[in-house]
Amino acid sequence: MTITESAPAAHVGSRRLRKEDPALLTGEAKFIDDLDLPGAVWVGVVRSTEAHAKIVGIDGSAALAIDGVTEVLSGDDLAPLWGEGALPCAWPVTPDMKNPPHLPVARGTAKYVGDAVAVVLADSRYAAADGAAAVVVDYEPLDAVVEIEDAVADGAALVHPDLESNECYTWGLWGDNAAAVDAAFAEATHVVTERYVQQRLIPAPMEPRGCAAVPSPAGGELTLYSATQIPHILKVMTSVVLGIGENKLRVVAPSVGGGFGCKLNVYAEEILCCALAQQRGAPVRWTESRAEAAVSTIQGRGQVQHIELAADSEGRLQAVRVKLLADMGAYLQLVTPGVPLLGGFLYHGCYHIPNYIFECKAVFTNRVPTDAYRGAGRPEATYAIERAMDSLAVAVGVAPEEIRSRNFIKAEDFPYESPPGLVFDSGDYHAVLDKAVSLANVAGRRAQAAQRRAAGSSKRIGVGFSSYVEMCGLAPSRVLASLAYGAGGWEAATVRISPTCKVQVVTGSTPHGQGHETCWSMIVADKLGIDPDDVEVLHSDTAISPTGLDTYGSRSLSVGGTAVFMATDKVIDKARSIAAHQLEANEDDLEFSGGVFRVRGTPEAEVPLAGVAFAAFTAHDLPDGMEPNLEAHVTYDPPNFTFPNGTHIAVVEVDTDTGNVDLIDYVAVDDCGVQINPLIVEGQVHGGILQGAAQALYEDAVYNSDGQLVTANLADYLVPSAVEAPRYRLENHVSPSPTNPMGVKGVGEAGTIASAPAVMNAVVDALRDLGVSNLEMPASPQTVWKAISQAQGGAS
Amino acid sequence: MIPAAFDYKVAESVEHAISLLTEHGDEAKLLAGGHSLIPMMRFRLATPGVLVDVGRLDDLRYIRRSNGTVAIGALTRHSELEHSAELAQACPMLSSVAALVGDPAVRHRGTLGGTIAHADPASDLPAAVLALGATIVAQGPSGRREIAATDFFTGYFESVLADDEMITEVRVPATGGGWNYQKFNRRAQDWAIVGVAVADGGAGVSLVNMGSTPLRASGVEAALASGASAADAAAVAAEGLEPPTDLNADSDYRSHLAQVLTQRALNAAGVA
Ligand SMILES: Cc1cc2nc3c(=O)[nH]c(=O)nc-3n(C[C@H](O)[C@H](O)[C@H](O)COP(=O)(O)OP(=O)(O)OC[C@H]3O[C@@H](n4cnc5c(N)ncnc54)[C@H](O)[C@@H]3O)c2cc1C
Repeated sequence: MTITESAPAAHVGSRRLRKEDPALLTGEAKFIDDLDLPGAVWVGVVRSTEAHAKIVGIDGSAALAIDGVTEVLSGDDLAPLWGEGALPCAWPVTPDMKNPPHLPVARGTAKYVGDAVAVVLADSRYAAADGAAAVVVDYEPLDAVVEIEDAVADGAALVHPDLESNECYTWGLWGDNAAAVDAAFAEATHVVTERYVQQRLIPAPMEPRGCAAVPSPAGGELTLYSATQIPHILKVMTSVVLGIGENKLRVVAPSVGGGFGCKLNVYAEEILCCALAQQRGAPVRWTESRAEAAVSTIQGRGQVQHIELAADSEGRLQAVRVKLLADMGAYLQLVTPGVPLLGGFLYHGCYHIPNYIFECKAVFTNRVPTDAYRGAGRPEATYAIERAMDSLAVAVGVAPEEIRSRNFIKAEDFPYESPPGLVFDSGDYHAVLDKAVSLANVAGRRAQAAQRRAAGSSKRIGVGFSSYVEMCGLAPSRVLASLAYGAGGWEAATVRISPTCKVQVVTGSTPHGQGHETCWSMIVADKLGIDPDDVEVLHSDTAISPTGLDTYGSRSLSVGGTAVFMATDKVIDKARSIAAHQLEANEDDLEFSGGVFRVRGTPEAEVPLAGVAFAAFTAHDLPDGMEPNLEAHVTYDPPNFTFPNGTHIAVVEVDTDTGNVDLIDYVAVDDCGVQINPLIVEGQVHGGILQGAAQALYEDAVYNSDGQLVTANLADYLVPSAVEAPRYRLENHVSPSPTNPMGVKGVGEAGTIASAPAVMNAVVDALRDLGVSNLEMPASPQTVWKAISQAQGGAS
Repeated sequence: MIPAAFDYKVAESVEHAISLLTEHGDEAKLLAGGHSLIPMMRFRLATPGVLVDVGRLDDLRYIRRSNGTVAIGALTRHSELEHSAELAQACPMLSSVAALVGDPAVRHRGTLGGTIAHADPASDLPAAVLALGATIVAQGPSGRREIAATDFFTGYFESVLADDEMITEVRVPATGGGWNYQKFNRRAQDWAIVGVAVADGGAGVSLVNMGSTPLRASGVEAALASGASAADAAAVAAEGLEPPTDLNADSDYRSHLAQVLTQRALNAAGVA
């Protein structure tokens, strides 16, 4: 890694307003559905209304009678478009993992409500919707597997009868640890055994999905526009699935209205639109409706977790044993099987634990596939260990902060090799916890809670902790190889300085709301001594940014931002050579700051970057053998993950008469390393906390026993709004990551990872003296009220 | 989420609207604020062939007080009820209930006539007018009639209104007694899981989302009339009812909430 003598940071670290916002706020930004594509064929997808059924017949006659509907096509009709080609899964986590062929449009059998079973083509979106509603599908219902545990029950119906079981894979981390873990449990004074359910969640970004494939029939090229997080990966995958040469394919992500992981995928509709556009020589497009999104876009979470802790008499952890059942849904999407693994490394949380064993059994169910959703595996892991730590605190008879403090990895132990073999980069978990405890005034809150209890008040106060560490900055390519992931984890950047000294940054990282343009501009501006507004950041189009691995897993800054940082250094190195030539000085004698090269000790000998840029452009007088122009490209493969961490404290007021939970205070102390733009960090933390609190209190993709999603709209699926948001009080602890030159870690998922267990621990804390020791998410008023009634020996 | 095809007509007057309704029969639906009808059309739960838009009949947007009664035009928006100084004075319960409907966008579109005609047992304002003992004025091909709110609601999304009738006005008494409205929901923008309206010191008590229509809590009213305490009266709030079960609440929990909220509403209305 090169560290240059850069200008003193002027913009980095400041709360600079986002460059992206004016276009977004004024409606100037163009989203997928804003594309004007005259003559486009609109696709309407007919989706299965059954969780599991034989498709006996498809009658399109009523649809064809509708004005504007041109064709009705079944899975059989469409099969020649993709032959044996199926939707890709890039993460075969074990060699014997089961991956049933997943066609864009089903043939023979529908496997979940929402499964595409036929397609209507029409000349408008309205006609396509009318047509899809008018297609009559004759189903012969089959037994469906709906709940996770039912999938592995004796005599369970089979989602894929050919596979002879519903098991997709079993993956574990144990090494030769099993005997040691058993011994630790045998010797433990305290053993905590818990079962938690991670309900399924609907990602619900503000903009649903959509795509449009536009062919250039003369040249044979195809452009795919998609509301995606991953244009680069999508391009490779589409090329492989449909056999379109990569040289003939361009993928563009227009402005994308959020993703949270659900747009980190290769979806049936993308493949379908490309295949049809190629075949028809006309643009083919599809826009998802909100109701469609609920049943056809991947969902998050979906796990049953068994966690056991073994501790000595003082509550010092000796071993952690974890067994998961993870719901894949009916098929594997792009990284479906890998999501539980990302948590598998972290079920020991922030704690030093000598013995660790983890096993995940993945199962198929007749529900829409699961896949990455904000945090992907890590919120689940944090939830399990942090809820269990509270149970351990109760068993040992100490406060939740004390049990955590006793077990934390110590600041002096970094870099710390974790039991499953990761190397945690940096942190001071004790300092973070202490800061959170004083900011939240935990002692004062506990006194208030005691007062209310003593007064017999129906408004109980609870204080809940969650200390987390997560792995971000996906990922060192070699580590991904060892996990059988089908790609690397590097990121690319190009930095160009124009003749007039404006800067163009091309990033392979694909923003969809995060603010990359602002942060990349700030980084480059400080290094070059220019204004961030003189930096343009290009992205999200494989014709402009051909190399990249896109945005997910809180990787953008620590991997993509680092690539930008390093490419800027590389440009400066070249500019230095030219400046030395211009100043007739030795390169080593030059210093560069504030956008000016100076010869050390000779104040009048200087040339501004603009002068170098123009000289590089005219190329009239460059050092011998030097190429014209200032431009550099870097592909950065991180040597390690980064490990953001923090402690969050939620304070709730529970109305025991109604079961209602109010989040009355929320304190978060996060260590995301060095902050480029604290305003953007805060935004990520605010939204993240609410998204985790949503899992704790509001959101639940509820299926009935027939496999019907009964919360398929935003009136029944409760995404909280600003009104429900807690009053956030944030502080930071900065321990720079030694993994990358800026010392950054990542913050896109931290809030979501931390907040669900903090909120649930707070609710349980409020009710523990009433006999409530556990609650399932979401802790709805009814759930809470019933738990209290039950604990009090009441009727329900 | 895309409605089925429909025709769209703009009504120039109440008479015009009624003649369009008569002409198109049960194919036609009035469109006021559209905040109940259009969501139903998007889910294709409603597929009217013709929409008769009465949203531009601005002469039906008024709040007038005379002789102890407040007359409110059917097209008056929730936000107008919420912000009317006159209403806050004459019938503060109605304006404060209006302020709890949905979110600001909903309140700027939704109308009093629309929410009453829609007859959703989970809606706020229908229960409020019920507790207040309002009178609903409807106009049809054969003229106007006045309907007591207590006679208006007949079933789930059903009322005594005929297909070719339109609500033109709602009259509420300007009341002096203590009042309160308790709305229990999970998110601010949501309908009530259970709601309780208390008007005129307990003379009128009604329940939201406790049956197939907004309901007068006659048991509670009777208990209060015979001198029961708020606690004793609230204890009978759910008696004889069969509240619905849904994702947020089963029947038992709803009954429990009705009792808790009734007591809170009575206490807040000054009933001990
Ligand atoms: C997101 C959201 C949240 C909401 N939250 C709440 C809430 O918390 N509480 C609540 O009470 N409501 C809520 N609502 C509903 C809202 O109050 C509606 O505005 C109201 O229910 C209907 O009024 P409208 O004017 O929009 O009627 P429309 O939708 O236009 O019409 C509804 C029905 O009434 C008929 N109709 C309309 N006007 C008349 C008339 N003058 N005479 C005869 N028939 C007529 C129509 O034909 C139709 O059948 C919410 C709505 C939304 C979209």
